[in-house]
Amino acid sequence: MKNAHLTVHQPGGTHDTDVIIIGAGPVGLFAVFELGLLDLKAHLIDILDRPGGQCAELYPEKPIYDIPGLPIVTGQELTDKLLEQIKPFNAQYHFSQMAESMTRHSDGRWQVTTDGGTTLRAPVVVIAAGGGSFVPKKPPIAGIEAYEGKSVFYAVRKMEQFRGRDIVIAGGGDSALDWALNLQPIAKSLTLVHHRDGFRAAQHSVNQMKALVGDGRMAFHIANITGLEGADGQLTGVKLNAKDRGDYVLQADALLPFFGLTMKLGPVAEFGLNLHENLIPVDTEKFETSTPTVFAIGDINAYPGKLKLILSGFHEGALMAQQAFRYCRPNERLRFQYTTSSTSLQKKLGVA
Amino acid sequence: VKVVVTDRTGQVHDLEALDGWRVMEIIRDYGLPIKAECGGACACATCHVYVDPVWAAKLVPASEEEIDMLDQAFHVTEQSRLSCQILMREDLDGLHVTLAPDGA
Repeated sequence: MKNAHLTVHQPGGTHDTDVIIIGAGPVGLFAVFELGLLDLKAHLIDILDRPGGQCAELYPEKPIYDIPGLPIVTGQELTDKLLEQIKPFNAQYHFSQMAESMTRHSDGRWQVTTDGGTTLRAPVVVIAAGGGSFVPKKPPIAGIEAYEGKSVFYAVRKMEQFRGRDIVIAGGGDSALDWALNLQPIAKSLTLVHHRDGFRAAQHSVNQMKALVGDGRMAFHIANITGLEGADGQLTGVKLNAKDRGDYVLQADALLPFFGLTMKLGPVAEFGLNLHENLIPVDTEKFETSTPTVFAIGDINAYPGKLKLILSGFHEGALMAQQAFRYCRPNERLRFQYTTSSTSLQKKLGVA
Repeated sequence: VKVVVTDRTGQVHDLEALDGWRVMEIIRDYGLPIKAECGGACACATCHVYVDPVWAAKLVPASEEEIDMLDQAFHVTEQSRLSCQILMREDLDGLHVTLAPDGA
């Protein structure tokens, strides 16, 4: 089972730790290792429901060729190997949550809250958010924002909300097909709109959908969505364009577009870190932002000569950890040690 | 070799291309607005372009993987391709593509 071997917290509650890492992609995961060697504990927040970031979401099966020492490794394999590597450090995970705010707690530590109601407190925050949070792609339709949350939805939270409605579902993947099948029994009408008579969804779902269409209990239109009709956020129709019939309008009071995910920076942009073109400027000695004790590593940071490579993020994490130690353990001496020779490091890794 | 790109405002750009480069890489290299989030892995559909019909037949046809991934793009037509899956060659000199509308 996914995440079975990880310490995953349910949303809510307050946790104290040494370092809060925003983003559980490869760079955030390796930061756990570098922090762990210095006895610093970490909690990670990620909007996805599993670790790996882009490696898990965008290219789990694709080979990566530029990880040092791993001539060829897929995104998922790299994620799995990193999890194995950081296992001794027992990182704590908060999945399917977005970091929403970063403020100073009264005791001087940072307080990061999530949209799931979780509060984390620590002296150090590390932003390893890559290209941002993975959020549903929004169709490029003028004025769609006005309908979002009222009659246009990118996810189904409560099925009951859709009972008795004229629903249009757009897309051809598993999300589109699964929700079409799940909502059809409670909808007044359900229409699936996809640009072709071909699907990347599971075959049995496609067969089920086609059977329902055959029975007249669901409609399927090969078309593109070109616009919306309605007022005050309430949809009355979806404008479609099809090759054989041109432009037409389908009566609907709910639209669910499922076109996969895209990356958006989100609330991190409001953390007061002097963003430049959606990137966080850092120094190249500690990868610290303009706000002391807040660091940025991986694809989200910017400095002269920056290369957006996973290996750069690993290096940045190692240097960040040194400075994080100074902040978290001001009265202790930082000693640089090698894992090859240090018995104390080997004990931490559980190999000595 | 050259790639001709019409951007979303209708402006036309002549881009110097290198043999073997992906059209997406050339567009990105020139700083035209293309997300190309997955970096060319045919995994995100954010490098969607329309290929001028006169050129379409000269291209290597889209793989099943590319056709499936185009399902995550918007306003897909018969001219739709993912520009990360088009490799430039000598005989594609002058290839004309138009950037597709971009979801938010």
